[in-house]
Amino acid sequence: MSAPLHGLVLTGGRSRRMASDKALLAYAGETQLDRAVRLLKAQGISAWVSVRPDQVDEPARARHPQIVDAHVDAGPSAGILAALAAQPAAAWLVLACDLPFLDEATLAHLIAHRDPARLATGFRSAHDGLPEPLCAIYEPAARAPLEAAVAAGKTCPRRFLRHSEVALLDLPRPEVLDNVNTPEERRSAAAALGGATVTRPVRVQYFALLREQAGRSEETVDTNAATPGELLDQLRARHPFTLPREMLKVAVNGDFAGWDRPLAAGDAVVFIPPVAGG
Amino acid sequence: MNAFAFSTAPIDAPALARGLADRGCGGFVSFEGWVRDHNEGLAVTRLEYEAFEALGVKEGERIVAEARERFGLTRIACVHRLGTLEIGDVAVWVGAAAPHRDEAFRACRFVIDEVKHRVPVWKKEHYVNGDSGWVNCERCSAVPSHAEAHAPHGHSHAQGHEHAEGT
Repeated sequence: MSAPLHGLVLTGGRSRRMASDKALLAYAGETQLDRAVRLLKAQGISAWVSVRPDQVDEPARARHPQIVDAHVDAGPSAGILAALAAQPAAAWLVLACDLPFLDEATLAHLIAHRDPARLATGFRSAHDGLPEPLCAIYEPAARAPLEAAVAAGKTCPRRFLRHSEVALLDLPRPEVLDNVNTPEERRSAAAALGGATVTRPVRVQYFALLREQAGRSEETVDTNAATPGELLDQLRARHPFTLPREMLKVAVNGDFAGWDRPLAAGDAVVFIPPVAGG
Repeated sequence: MNAFAFSTAPIDAPALARGLADRGCGGFVSFEGWVRDHNEGLAVTRLEYEAFEALGVKEGERIVAEARERFGLTRIACVHRLGTLEIGDVAVWVGAAAPHRDEAFRACRFVIDEVKHRVPVWKKEHYVNGDSGWVNCERCSAVPSHAEAHAPHGHSHAQGHEHAEGT
């Protein structure tokens, strides 16, 4: 009789290389956090979000049930341990939130080949053959040894899996767990996913110099741009805009927004040239 | 009436001032921005103002709310013209009434400064020589700057330039 399985999305990473919150990065208009939650729910399991104590009130995370880290500076192991402690009789399918290529088939494969008699079930990395710790099922019995490893300062979950009794599977598709840590990797991921992404209609309004250069005051564009910044880059191919992005601001749905705000179908976007009131 | 509004009709300053009358206020300061006949060495014939009105009203109301918070119980109104304006027309009006003159002066100054830098309004100057240009977007666009601490929504480049009115 195997332990009931829950899903845990890790979102506590500091994203130093990306310089922005990886959980909130969007591909095809869906944040990585929402995407991971959706993939878990598609397997019929509940989805929890692992957060650091200072992330509890962040709005995108607050929409989901949360498990708060108890360990400080233990990296992903802190989130895994907090989940195992919160529901000691449950097993946890742990997902990093920055796996844009992960798909339902891979998760279904993992669940179908789960071995509840081992401490964990996971995949072999397509790059180095080592266990992939952040798309893996951790059984209740993993709690005590992982706790001991963290207490000894060995916080790396990959190291833990290498030295434990785990079931390792080959990946159905080798690139499916490639993660995305830098803006460059993100751009190539977005390009690779481009063929599979659907475009969404977005309404763009133009004022002043941008209105004259676009030759219209508004248009609806079908775009796969995930953010206003990407949308602006795409629109430069259509219109002879001269103002650099540093001189523009952007508003989405009637208020100022960040260039990395995820875009959704039906959003109204306005690029704001330097103002000159008075 | 809203504290911030756009208007396509000429600004009726006395009526706006009367609207701020308050028995608890002992000081009233108003500012008018007028369309000037020259800017940066070019003779100006007229101006056209254009706004992203929905966000402009929202940001204008936020500026007024910030001023009330900073300067205490102050009555404030601001109206900005849109459309084509001739030399001498009032482009923007700010009024502030407060119990004492200091708060009224400071609130009035705060509102006009923030409005110029934050509210999405644009002006196109038409020159005697037949040219025209969007202020802050074309002739000055080569040198964007990044430092502006006190006006988070502002375009830093606008600061330090004086354009076709008397601010």
